[in-house]
Amino acid sequence: MSVITTATRGRTAADAEPMTSRPKPKRRVRRERHPVAGWLFVSPFVVVFVAFLLAPLGYALYLSLYTKGLATGTTFAGFKNYTRAFSDPSFRKGVWFVVRFSLVLIPVQMAVSLAAALVLDTLVTRFARLSRLIIFLPYAIPAVIGALMWGFLYSPTFGPLQQILSVFNTQAPFLLSQGNVLYGLLNVVTWQWAGYYMIILYAALKGIDPSIYEAARMDGANSWQVAFRVKVPMIASAFVLILVFALIGTLQFFTEPQILGPIANGTITPDFTPNIYAYNLAFSYAQFNYASAISFSLGIVVFIAVYIFLFATRKRGNIFT
Amino acid sequence: MTAIHAARTQPANKPRRERHVLAYLFLIALMFYFLIPVWWLVVASTKDAHGLFSGSGGALWFDKDFNLVQNIRELFTYNHGEYLRWFENSILYAFSGGIGATVISVLAGYGFAKYKFRGRNLLFALLLGSIMVPLTALVIPTFVLMSHLRMTDTIWAVILPSLLSPFGVYLMRVYTSVAVPDELLDAARVDGASEARVFFQVALPLLRPAIVTVLLLSIVGTWNNYFLPLTMLSSSKLYPLTVGIGLWEQLASSNNGGGQSLWNLIIIGSLVSIIPLIIAFLTLQRHWQSGLAVGSLK
Repeated sequence: MSVITTATRGRTAADAEPMTSRPKPKRRVRRERHPVAGWLFVSPFVVVFVAFLLAPLGYALYLSLYTKGLATGTTFAGFKNYTRAFSDPSFRKGVWFVVRFSLVLIPVQMAVSLAAALVLDTLVTRFARLSRLIIFLPYAIPAVIGALMWGFLYSPTFGPLQQILSVFNTQAPFLLSQGNVLYGLLNVVTWQWAGYYMIILYAALKGIDPSIYEAARMDGANSWQVAFRVKVPMIASAFVLILVFALIGTLQFFTEPQILGPIANGTITPDFTPNIYAYNLAFSYAQFNYASAISFSLGIVVFIAVYIFLFATRKRGNIFT
Repeated sequence: MTAIHAARTQPANKPRRERHVLAYLFLIALMFYFLIPVWWLVVASTKDAHGLFSGSGGALWFDKDFNLVQNIRELFTYNHGEYLRWFENSILYAFSGGIGATVISVLAGYGFAKYKFRGRNLLFALLLGSIMVPLTALVIPTFVLMSHLRMTDTIWAVILPSLLSPFGVYLMRVYTSVAVPDELLDAARVDGASEARVFFQVALPLLRPAIVTVLLLSIVGTWNNYFLPLTMLSSSKLYPLTVGIGLWEQLASSNNGGGQSLWNLIIIGSLVSIIPLIIAFLTLQRHWQSGLAVGSLK
């Protein structure tokens, strides 16, 4: 595994400078002899990419530039849908919620998964293997089911939280009420994804050459220092990767609030997150043009957020270059 | 692995042992947290509607009536066995979408890693950018496009968009460039093997761990997907499990189950629906655990 790590690192450097810097002429000859073969291998992906990414993206942009009225028909609206979206209190509220949600969720999630990965990395017992699997287990469970299960557990009428607390004669907080819903959802999402992130970090930790730890020990580092000064910096790129995934995932938050909606007594409104808002605009109000503008605006928000994030962390190890 | 372990734990001093106790306590707490909802699901699926809401054992323990078998029977017969149909649909979508996405990713990853062709760098840059595009932002425009082609509310509306997996291609490219040496491919070519043969007989066997990982990830992605099928499908005959159970939940919370409480069906249905993937992850764990390491490298 460590061989692969070093090989990949070496390759990344070479990759940044495209093939021109490669000194082996033999390879150049081979590559030029099959100009078509490369395209043939890539072509199925290109077809899918064009059909289900570029085309919808382009079409969303097109739709979002028009408005459709009952009397007026379809008319060109320019950026009106976008100015409307960014001044729409529903959209702004939704964006504000998902941004706030990611700012709370991501540190919690990362702390749990990093702590679990570091602990599991130091233990090589059967018990550790078992707990690794169990922590990962929720990843195999659909978000719909995860949200439903927690919804039941939160239930004030028959959930265990209420049953435990009623022994002490106190009322359990309803985690889906107006004031608590952020924490209620935070718990569901952390439960669902922390194990997946843990596995990725764990795999990265296993890729580190253990002789580095020995060297650090020789220099007098204790276990905490080895963990936070050696291990964490060495898995920085894996960390950035999962942070990007977490950010993209939470900004397009949909399934969990959608599922918890019916049992949350009206806390989760049709404009709770931008994605729920776009869905309701499209399918409850048939406003496909405006819904496309909302989707596209959300895409822009996510793209900007990810770029800010990658820019802020670029010194620690860049993944997408 | 054992050598590493021995080397790491050899300086066994006292604070180290205490730390191990702490580590185990931490793991036990985590296991408890991650298992509780699943435990609740197992317990609740043995209860009938009455036991669920006012049973004798509380929410986290069994009721005195054990109704698992009745619940399962009811689950598969309710409303002309629509659950079974949803289950079959989920399998169809997950396997066709997952296998399709994997084949495409393996081919493209190999093409990107091992060939130089015009437009390669531009295409790969586009691909990396697309990993950052929130895929749900594409669902509504895809729906409108598909409805022009009269393809919404068909199985294709769910399967075809699931074939898109830029991250799978990225993983396969990284893995291929590490696991398949150029020299090996060149040697096969010198022996007169065609490009297709080089790929199938030399490269493909070396890519197995990554293939299993990408396959598993895309099957899970499709099996667990909710937003896409919810948007694309309107007839409940075509629903996958996630959308079907979501429908039941809506009916149950607005009390439209036709006088029947649907909650125990939702619970047993949830339990049955998570079993296949859990089995898949347990049986294939060696493969995906080594394959996932690929994504974290680079």
